Amino acid sequence: MSDVKKFLYVNRKPPHGTIYALESLEVVLIGAAFEQDVALAFLDDGVFQLVKGWNTEELGSKNFQPAYTALGDYDIQKVYVEKESLEERGLSEDDLLEMTYEDEDDDWAEKSSIRIVSREEMAQIMRDSDVILSF
Amino acid sequence: MSAGFYEVNGKQVPHDEEGYITNLSDWSKELAEVIAKQEGIDMTEEHWDVVNFLREYYDEYQIAPAIRVLVKAIKKKFGPEKGNNKYLYELFPYGPAKQACKIAGLPKPTGCV
Repeated sequence: MSDVKKFLYVNRKPPHGTIYALESLEVVLIGAAFEQDVALAFLDDGVFQLVKGWNTEELGSKNFQPAYTALGDYDIQKVYVEKESLEERGLSEDDLLEMTYEDEDDDWAEKSSIRIVSREEMAQIMRDSDVILSF
Repeated sequence: MSAGFYEVNGKQVPHDEEGYITNLSDWSKELAEVIAKQEGIDMTEEHWDVVNFLREYYDEYQIAPAIRVLVKAIKKKFGPEKGNNKYLYELFPYGPAKQACKIAGLPKPTGCV
């Protein structure tokens, strides 16, 4: 495809309380089907979306946490998590889900999609994106 | 099609206007046969491989995979002779992800129109 754009999906809200996290995930899955360059960003309370062990089932909502681990199947290889947002909430990379993809150029080796970046780097990632969708 | 019911062993199972069942827990092998028949498909072992695979995928990830993802995953599990569009479209002429998900009792795949 000649006209590939860099999409960045920015997630700022926790998985509970609103429908933003689930809606974002759905849009990501739809967008990934069109073979664009897709990256995800998690900052502010959005980092809670990737924390292991939550379950939204008792809120009467589908428990959509397992779906994050399927994003690798959709060729999503860049999941940026802001370091400062984690630290401000007493979290570290160890608290996060394992998200992996298979690298086609490296004999399908399984690699982590999660990249911890500083606030400054996050700003640069946003500047480098063609389309930003904020949830 | 309009919203209505599938008849399975004298029991009524509700479905939406596209034929996807409303309550995922209503699914049974007998129901799958009924849905398949309505779709004009005779379920063979090959059809069941795909349907069972989709159910396992949904169980693990809580999403019905898009066609591209399905093809790739089938290829990984069953090999390239089955993990390709042609083979899967022969089994499910109206779209492997769409039709097989319906038979498997899953929601329509996200991004499927």
